[in-house]
Amino acid sequence: MKSFTLLAALLLSTPLWAGSDDLTATGDLGLVVERGTGSLVLIDRSDRAAVARIEGLGDLSHASLTYSPDERFAYVFGRDGGLTKVDLLERKIVARTVQAGNSIGGAISDDGRLVAVSNYEPGGVKVFDAGTLDLVADIPAAGKTIGLVDVPGRRFAWTIWDTGEVFLGDFSGAEPKVTLLGNAGKNPFDAVLTDDAHTYLIGLFGEKGVTAFDLWDAAPQPVKFLTEYGKTGEDMPVYKMPHLQGWAFTEGQYALPAVGRHELLWVDRDSQETVATTQMHGQPVFVIAQPASPFVWVNFATPLNDTVQVVDSRSHEVVATLTPGKAILHMEFAPRGAEVWLSARDDNKVLIYDTHTREKLGEIAAEAPSGIFFTARAHQTGL
Amino acid sequence: MRSLAALLLLGVPAFAEIPPERAAELQHIVQQDCGSCHGLTRKGGLGRPLTPEALAEAEVEGLAAIILDGVPGTAMPPWRPLLTEAEALWIATHLKLE
Repeated sequence: MKSFTLLAALLLSTPLWAGSDDLTATGDLGLVVERGTGSLVLIDRSDRAAVARIEGLGDLSHASLTYSPDERFAYVFGRDGGLTKVDLLERKIVARTVQAGNSIGGAISDDGRLVAVSNYEPGGVKVFDAGTLDLVADIPAAGKTIGLVDVPGRRFAWTIWDTGEVFLGDFSGAEPKVTLLGNAGKNPFDAVLTDDAHTYLIGLFGEKGVTAFDLWDAAPQPVKFLTEYGKTGEDMPVYKMPHLQGWAFTEGQYALPAVGRHELLWVDRDSQETVATTQMHGQPVFVIAQPASPFVWVNFATPLNDTVQVVDSRSHEVVATLTPGKAILHMEFAPRGAEVWLSARDDNKVLIYDTHTREKLGEIAAEAPSGIFFTARAHQTGL
Repeated sequence: MRSLAALLLLGVPAFAEIPPERAAELQHIVQQDCGSCHGLTRKGGLGRPLTPEALAEAEVEGLAAIILDGVPGTAMPPWRPLLTEAEALWIATHLKLE
């Protein structure tokens, strides 16, 4: 009798056609990495609010993540070699494997079936089934692997810091096919794929320059450019490696961080000639285009990392200098550019700015936040 | 107490020169900024591991020199523009201890 009453009550209170209160769409969700505590904050972009914290992800210094095509799952790449699959709906870890001693990033294949991780120790790339996190392929390398990107056709490209070698791996068949594309140069520190998957660009630390591979070509060859910048004056110490994942491609140009210089370098995409140099507040770390606009936003290496500058890609002039907070580590734009979210590590906050007024709209508490990742990344090649 | 004894054994003279507030800042720099390359847990990354085990054979003065002047030809920058010699010694000692 008692159970009958309970059942009746359940049926009355939760009719099938009205169960929508508990449903969550993921299109405006995102994850913020809390780098010191091994946790993630799940945020709702529309509500400008934190909705959950997910813990137990290990060492998240330099962590990044990518999303499944349905924007339900995140694959988190931790420094300690941990690959963790997080369910945004259940708000919990659903799979985790410590797949190497030390890793630096990862990518998901264009069909969403494979997740690849780039490892420092032991060096190389490991590829996993996106559903189960079972190992699919293990491609060792002679050094630390950087700049891993997804390339259309179930492929990935990556580069080796120690040797400069650039590889393209094709995982569309029964057996992986790995091709050595060529040598980028001395100590490549990061690489990025243009949003049209045309050009794989590799930034060099050990020498001046950037090396490009045309991935639309059947036999891509290395083309080096920007080898001449900063010929006058001393280079400054680089207190944080620039990151290229957000390299801005705008107004027919690449906007690139100079290494060891407080400069932004503008390169014509077609001719690869240097178009302009913009003097900046500090050593650029991220240079990210504000979507649907002529502007790029730039943050800086320590100790000048309390500042963010906005540059107009037409005039190459700094049009705004903001001091949003202490240790601004990352910037993530709403997919259509209305807002930018900034992580202020030493203020323990994520700051939300209107990109048009450049005024603060709100903030969210987070423990030493670093990377911010909105689910819209699921649909972007090269992220 | 154990740490103090260890410090005395290491024979580092400059400790009194670092006020507690600055020591807290240095600790923060080690975790966050050194951690960018060497890992938050100092198990290594682009840079070498900096755990006490990894540094067991290293001399405090030698480590401090690397912190101040960097390692040419690598990604290790000179921190002399941002740190005093006493602060570099403090960091080197701290790295070897914990």
